[in-house]
Amino acid sequence: MNFDFSDDAKTMRESARKFLDANAGPAIARKSMNGTATYDADLWKAVIDLGWTAARVPEEFGGVGLTAEESCVLAEEAGRSLAPIPLTSVLAATEALLRAGSKEQQARWLPGIAEGKVIACVGWGEGNAASPSTAALTVKDGKASGVKLPIADLLGAQLAIITANGPKGVQLYLVDLGGAGVKTELVETLDLVRRSGKLTLDNAAVEALGDPDAYQDWLDRAAILAAFEALGTTAASMDMTVAYAKDRVAFGQRIGRYQGVKHKCADMYIKLELARAHALHGAWAMGADAGELRQAASAARVASLDALSFTAEETVQLHGGIGFTWESDCQFYYRRNRQLASALGSSAWWADRLVRALERRNAA
Amino acid sequence: MDFNDTAPEAEYRAKARAWLEANIGEYREPTEFGRGHADFVRHSKIWQKKKYDAGYTGITWPKSMGGQGLGPMNSIIYNQEESRFHAPTGLYAIGLGMCIPTVFSHGTPELIERYVAKALSGVEVWCQLFSEPIAGSDLAGIRTKAVKDGDTWTIDGQKVWTTNAHLSDFGIIVCRTDPSKPKHKGLTMFIVDMHAPGVEARPLKQMSGGADFNEVFFTNVKVHDSHRVGAEGDGWKVALTTLMNERLAVGGKPSHAPGYKTLMTLAAGIQTDNGPAISQSTVRERIASTYIADEGIKLTQMRAQSALSRGEMPGPEQSISKVVVAKTMQDLASFAMDLNQSSGVVTDGSNPELNRLQGSYMASAGLRIAGGTDEILRNIIAERVLGLPGDMRPDKDTPYNEIKAM
Repeated sequence: MNFDFSDDAKTMRESARKFLDANAGPAIARKSMNGTATYDADLWKAVIDLGWTAARVPEEFGGVGLTAEESCVLAEEAGRSLAPIPLTSVLAATEALLRAGSKEQQARWLPGIAEGKVIACVGWGEGNAASPSTAALTVKDGKASGVKLPIADLLGAQLAIITANGPKGVQLYLVDLGGAGVKTELVETLDLVRRSGKLTLDNAAVEALGDPDAYQDWLDRAAILAAFEALGTTAASMDMTVAYAKDRVAFGQRIGRYQGVKHKCADMYIKLELARAHALHGAWAMGADAGELRQAASAARVASLDALSFTAEETVQLHGGIGFTWESDCQFYYRRNRQLASALGSSAWWADRLVRALERRNAA
Repeated sequence: MDFNDTAPEAEYRAKARAWLEANIGEYREPTEFGRGHADFVRHSKIWQKKKYDAGYTGITWPKSMGGQGLGPMNSIIYNQEESRFHAPTGLYAIGLGMCIPTVFSHGTPELIERYVAKALSGVEVWCQLFSEPIAGSDLAGIRTKAVKDGDTWTIDGQKVWTTNAHLSDFGIIVCRTDPSKPKHKGLTMFIVDMHAPGVEARPLKQMSGGADFNEVFFTNVKVHDSHRVGAEGDGWKVALTTLMNERLAVGGKPSHAPGYKTLMTLAAGIQTDNGPAISQSTVRERIASTYIADEGIKLTQMRAQSALSRGEMPGPEQSISKVVVAKTMQDLASFAMDLNQSSGVVTDGSNPELNRLQGSYMASAGLRIAGGTDEILRNIIAERVLGLPGDMRPDKDTPYNEIKAM
């Protein structure tokens, strides 16, 4: 049994963590929050130079051709560092092109992604209470009119991969953001570090990317990447809280001595490791194209959101009053928690998807 | 990344499976010879001897101790294969999982020679005499005393929660031998003959109705100094060896316990005011959370097996296992009984699946305490894994006989 990342993926994780520890983290997130730029251009350039956008792109399209495992560890480290760069959007979009794209579509977009000339983002939301299974935006004769929001990292991107209703159902479409009838603008969200946008299409050209089945397959893969991102954010939030509990004194003791505090930290760890087990299962299923992909992805999504929301909320709580201030870093995790929770469909939606996958498997 | 056996692992699995297929006999299907049945000991001894003769006992123990000298993966593989059937193995879990490893880690060559092989072949049954009415989580607070006179120790006191004490031939017992020292320092470990005069094991009826445990009374029980395990005053250190083995043993979910599939089957067959229970989002979320807990622990154990398979130590994430498993069992059973509405509380035997869940509900309350309570296990995660400071222990450095509760 070898249920663990490959040595190559582990090496990449270590080097990514080392780089982002030195060049990202809460201080850089704060700089981004206080600025107006849509992402940190210097950091993004450095990440491109390190080859992270090329990692997953096949060699024939100018990339390095690494496996899904490398994308998973990069997503985790991006999540840990709160890096204000569009890396996880690009990783998810790359996966969509790899899974659902024709050779022509891959040849058109992947080399630019690998080189860092194209920022690609993904979005399904339309600003109402619908789920990833539905879309009001409808494509007719290769054109669409309507709105998608919020789309993380939309501003500054050249390519958006969105969901819309096609002739066969809801599926992915490519939108060239430089095309006619395409408008992007900032949309304010709870996450003040990672900017989201609103995409308005006015009879704009859109291009089908695969079919409805390919969309569903991609959704599972995107959920696994998002789970790793959430794991990284959870771990950083937990580590910050544990460090504080070791340092802060109340009633003559470090607060980490109190079971009311330490047991919450233990629960963060328990939820984090349960989620990690499922995310790792997802990484395996993704790489092996396994039949368990949907159940592994759904469980990874639900478990990672449970770990993240609990940890982000208790991080503020265990820091006490100081944790509620603007100056404290707690708000980054608390806000990012909601961003990640809404990005790919709610936890309840994914719980239902998990049970449907289990029902199908039991029936088989 | 894969879930496959390595070639030597696959070979061992095939060998173990073939042996089990040829020898499992009447234990292929569930039997009534469970714990509490009059024939439990006889069946357990027959099965243990068969395994011993075939080389499937003490798989990870050194060959010098009569073991097979193999790695932890071999033991895991054998147990996986054995658990596909219903062989009676519970009688030896504590003796071979905890007591005898303590004896061969800390005992004299004479003790090893006398006791290890007979325990391994199943001839002699062992129990672990640690907890007392006054000391469970705070084990070092035990009161049972051993007083030395020449070469003989005299033990007086009471132990409790002693699994299989009434079926055991020997036990390892931790006693207070020097009450003038702080509580962790004045303890010593002994091997005690459970048939000796003055030893009385009384089955302790649990709230679940079963009687797996005993309270054991020691009145003027004589133990020769040759049956001391480890040095005088080293009892705590020796006990930690046992407890480390216990935490490994009480880790996973009890085999054949209800899980998320039970909940799915049940929910599919129950109608609510709003249609089948399985179609309700609250029910589906509970199925999902049960899956996440149960399968998450299984996958976490696979992470450990992957490390062991590479010859490395498992990571600290293994420490989450029992605290998740026990509470998940309780929550699942409770929710399942709720789904059964008014019949959830009825135990008249008319619904065997429901009865199994009710049994699981009762058992889970004990599992959350056995082998480290939920609270102690959270302390361990917080302190050993996350590095948070330990609880304040005002009695830690005080001589035992001067301790007053604050």
